[in-house]
Amino acid sequence: MASPLPDIKLVLLLPEIGLSLLAMTLLLMSAWLGKESRGRIATWAIAGIALVAFAMVSLSSGVPPSTTLGGHFIDDQLARFMKLLLLVATAFPLLMAGDFLRQHALESGEYFVLSLFSLLGAMTMVSAGSFLVLYLGLELMSLPIYVLAAYQRDQLRSSEAGLKYFVLGSLASGILLYGISLVYGATGTTVIHDVATILKAADHVSPVAVMGAAFVVIGISFKVAAAPFHMWAPDVYEGAPTPVTAFIAIMPKIAAFSAFFRVLFEGFATLQGHWGPMLQVMAVISLAVGSLGAIAQSNIKRLLAYSSIGHVGFLLIGLITDNALGRQGVLFYLAIYIFMSLGAFCLVLVLNKGGVGDEIQNYAGLAKERPLLAFLMAVFMFSMAGIPPLGGFIAKLYVLMAAVHAGMITLAVIAVLFSAIGAFYYLRIVKIIYFDPTCEPFAVKVGLSHQLVLLISALVVLGTGLFPGRLLAWTQATVQSFL
Amino acid sequence: MMVADLIFYMFAAVTALAAVGVISSRNQVHSVLFLILTFFSTAALFVLLGAEFLAVLLVMVYMGAVAVLFMFVVMMLDMDVTDVRQQAINHLPMGLAVGLVILVELVVVLSHSHATHTETTAQPVSNTLAIGRALYTQYLYPFELASLILLVALVGAVVLTLRERRSAPKRQDIGQQLARTRAEAVEYVQRQPGEGA
Repeated sequence: MASPLPDIKLVLLLPEIGLSLLAMTLLLMSAWLGKESRGRIATWAIAGIALVAFAMVSLSSGVPPSTTLGGHFIDDQLARFMKLLLLVATAFPLLMAGDFLRQHALESGEYFVLSLFSLLGAMTMVSAGSFLVLYLGLELMSLPIYVLAAYQRDQLRSSEAGLKYFVLGSLASGILLYGISLVYGATGTTVIHDVATILKAADHVSPVAVMGAAFVVIGISFKVAAAPFHMWAPDVYEGAPTPVTAFIAIMPKIAAFSAFFRVLFEGFATLQGHWGPMLQVMAVISLAVGSLGAIAQSNIKRLLAYSSIGHVGFLLIGLITDNALGRQGVLFYLAIYIFMSLGAFCLVLVLNKGGVGDEIQNYAGLAKERPLLAFLMAVFMFSMAGIPPLGGFIAKLYVLMAAVHAGMITLAVIAVLFSAIGAFYYLRIVKIIYFDPTCEPFAVKVGLSHQLVLLISALVVLGTGLFPGRLLAWTQATVQSFL
Repeated sequence: MMVADLIFYMFAAVTALAAVGVISSRNQVHSVLFLILTFFSTAALFVLLGAEFLAVLLVMVYMGAVAVLFMFVVMMLDMDVTDVRQQAINHLPMGLAVGLVILVELVVVLSHSHATHTETTAQPVSNTLAIGRALYTQYLYPFELASLILLVALVGAVVLTLRERRSAPKRQDIGQQLARTRAEAVEYVQRQPGEGA
């Protein structure tokens, strides 16, 4: 009496299997090869990610969505879209990291191996068909990030960032796990689809399931740094090495918002009346903290941390609307957010090299010395502020349109107001760059990989602002197949 | 009251008391010993439930490995706990409140649980077999993922703690020793008496 094996379609898992093999091979290589050839591991890692992305796109085109491994793994349009974003969100920070690691004598293969494992965890989360896999993916994604945040272990701030992130992240994991156990207690299953079926069939809403859902939402909200679960973000963003900050700022957010899609729209679809108001409150607080908290900041990395909290507020509004337009807005916003943040953090990294610190005041007079870098900074800041004709404007527009469609006029008005307040500090950076007198010369050299990151980010931010059609069509197709 | 019930309450009480002992004893070594007692009583509770595999696992892994590791760390680190203790007392009301909420929630869950009880298989199998079957069929994917998480934990621990030697260890180089000349090793200095070096 052998128990039946679940259906196993390994071909669906090819990207994940390829990535884990790549990561383990690189781990062995970094142990085996000498110190001189460690630089090559970066090339291998980025080439491997590109290969996985290419293979995923070419293999999955035209393949209908399906699940495998007993419902634990889902392969659909949403997963493919999010995985592509994840691959981009990992490859670009790795491109930025190469020079940084060399300069700080931190060069080692493990940096890239850990990044790849984190990517693997995020991809698992995106494809998670059950709460169990969701949790394991979250842990696999987070553990390497804690280590990466503390990578400059000789520096107190980096160690502090790693430890703080670890402690609060573990707390969030605990809360998520507690929520999952409550949901399991209420429904007797961890598979998201079955949870939805059981909740739909029940004649009354069980309080246990509601409580479980609330804990699950809180656990995931920690990872996206939505207020009031944002306390860790400014310290961690500031203390972590800048390429790692770029990674932390974008990668977990994509994975966590995919998790929101799966959990809220599928698993807890019938509990919308419960999680809707909760997310509304979180969205408003996030917008407030994001725009008001950033005003007092003098460090650019802390400022970008608060700015990302504000962006999360907008993304949450897209989730609350619970219509196709809002979901499309979330996907579009995420795609633009990646490139805005990549560009901004890459500039922070580049400008920090020649003795200039991370204080905003240090950027004074940048426009006179390096007009191109100043222009790029202005582009990214304007895009984050949501000023047309840049990508950030279209993203905010879609989310607000969805909110108005759903009849949430008050929420939309609040979002616009806080967005206007937020514009103040973005404009302050532009003002310092363009109009303040230079204090010290900018002896910065922009390496080839940084040029590439800046170029692509700027092109995407400008391009999607002027010609948003293709990305809109793509996100729309993704959302429609998900419904 | 049946004998099994009596035994259950005995072990449950010991578990709870030992857990209190872990966080309240002044001596850290005693804390670890109480922890071991907690593990053991929990293992006994598992046996009462008929889950002997979990019980054995708990004894082997937690008591055998984890507790020994804890003991090792506690004895190596000479921590001063008075400060921590004061903080713990300050946070006691909040902690009690949170614990109370969780307790109430657990009671709610238990009284509302829709979960069906253990499915009765036609032929009773030992729970080692049952766990093994579930783990390698239905939960194959999560099981594999867990292995990757362990690998990452291993790599992360090494990355954060391994320190490479800044300079190579000093070794005798006979060739260099013999190549030294008198001119570069010894210097003749003329000094007046009373001036010092």
